[in-house]
Amino acid sequence: MSAVAARECKSQMVTVMESPRSPEPTAPADQKAPAIVRFEHVGMRYGAGPEILRDVSFTLPPRSFHFLTGPSGAGKSSLLKLLYLDHLPSHGRIEVFGRDIASTPRGELPAIRRRIGVVFQDFRLIDHLSALENVALALIVAGAQFEQVRDHVAEMLRWVGLAEQIHAKPATLSGGEQQRVAIARAVIGKPNLLLADEPTGSVDDAVAMRILYLFEELNKMGTTVLVATHNDKLVSSFAHPRLDLQAGETSLLPPA
Amino acid sequence: MAKETADLPLRHDAASRFVPFVIAVMVYLAALALAGAMVVASAVGGWTEGLRGTLTVHIMPNPAGATATAKDVEKALTLLRANTHVAAARALDERASRALLKPWLGAGAGAPEIPVPRLIDVRLRNGAEPDLSALAASLRKAVPGAELDDHRRWLGRLLGLAGSLETIALLVLLLAASAAALAVVFAAQAGLAVHRRAIEILHLIGARDTYIAVQFQRRAFMQGLMGGIIGLGFAIVSLLAMGKLFGGVELFGLGQVRFGPLHWLALAALAPAAALIAMAAARLTVLRSLAQRL
Repeated sequence: MSAVAARECKSQMVTVMESPRSPEPTAPADQKAPAIVRFEHVGMRYGAGPEILRDVSFTLPPRSFHFLTGPSGAGKSSLLKLLYLDHLPSHGRIEVFGRDIASTPRGELPAIRRRIGVVFQDFRLIDHLSALENVALALIVAGAQFEQVRDHVAEMLRWVGLAEQIHAKPATLSGGEQQRVAIARAVIGKPNLLLADEPTGSVDDAVAMRILYLFEELNKMGTTVLVATHNDKLVSSFAHPRLDLQAGETSLLPPA
Repeated sequence: MAKETADLPLRHDAASRFVPFVIAVMVYLAALALAGAMVVASAVGGWTEGLRGTLTVHIMPNPAGATATAKDVEKALTLLRANTHVAAARALDERASRALLKPWLGAGAGAPEIPVPRLIDVRLRNGAEPDLSALAASLRKAVPGAELDDHRRWLGRLLGLAGSLETIALLVLLLAASAAALAVVFAAQAGLAVHRRAIEILHLIGARDTYIAVQFQRRAFMQGLMGGIIGLGFAIVSLLAMGKLFGGVELFGLGQVRFGPLHWLALAALAPAAALIAMAAARLTVLRSLAQRL
């Protein structure tokens, strides 16, 4: 994607007008449509430990793009865990794609997870599988056959700059390359919701921009995007609102 | 082109490598137990069938001599043949009676100083149900010391023994199945622990529990089948060797036992049964474990 296209993409974003102190801030895109994600007074703790998230309320409308910002230890990864259904809140209500997660039968959660693409901070690639197989897995668990998706997956890996590493195992890839495999896996299924936890932490600035352009491209096609980062330079390069997490609570901030 | 690698490298799990051996041993024991039960059931069935509708009358040797004994036998035969329920009555001569004792007494059975009762083999008409007490009483009245044996007591004890052996065989089968299933459960639990990270990744990218369980159950099925075939192979060799060793011997003097095609088929079913048990054990273990996650 060219820089011009990226700028055009960014220009499509609507400026966030709400107050940062709004108790339930709402992003601009498709506000009339049902929210993709809705948090209502959500708290979270691990076991009997202290509350990591105290009273988090926000809404991600369809086709919105947000950065999740905040200092290290603020609870960004924990909030993402709630979003990709790895954890239940200790209190409050979470709706994803209009479904109350607490009351959704466990057997229906995989179908919801398949609509969410996640770029994990620690990549979470399966060590004994090649880059190609790791990325294809996101489609295979949804019922696709490997031979049907092989070319499509290889094309995606070429696009993220891993044409030569298609058959490489994660252990032989650099951190940045592993991150790109993780990104390819997260976006290969054109998810309705893309969650990225520090997706540019192991890549140089040029690749970081390229990754964000890819996310924007997906966003233009209808994917709701939430990118957790503390890369201020990256955040300021894009005109997207910020969900800022401080001391276990969120506030919506306009683009940096 | 198919995917080159399984999502979970279960083939390389050290903890599951012993499973085929455990299953082989269990199938071997189960096959021997099942073969034993089938042999006993078959023999008992044969004996029961052979003795159905028959009676045996014992005429004790008359102290007055062989001629008097022969007369007693004739009296008993006359009485029996006059009974409307009796289809035929045939007296075994003394030599035949002594021959029946040979398996127990050896060559001594032929010694004339050993008194041997004369036997009358009685065949009843089809469906006949004579009053055995009245018949026995009239026999004793005609020939003092004559005894009527309807084989029920002997058959009852035999059936009791056969029933006990079959129960023991069933218990051995259940124990073998439980032990094999437990081995698979432990291997599956170890596999879940070893591959916890990969399973977590599969889970988070939207894999259903059954998608993960299928990989374990497929592995367990193959291990069960392999162990089953090995155990069955050893059991068949053992049974053939036993058949070779004891094939010419009448079991307890009660007739030869034979292994038919149905018996072999029942034994052969143990291998796929072991595979199915292993598969079910792995599936249930994995599904139960994954159900504890969100």
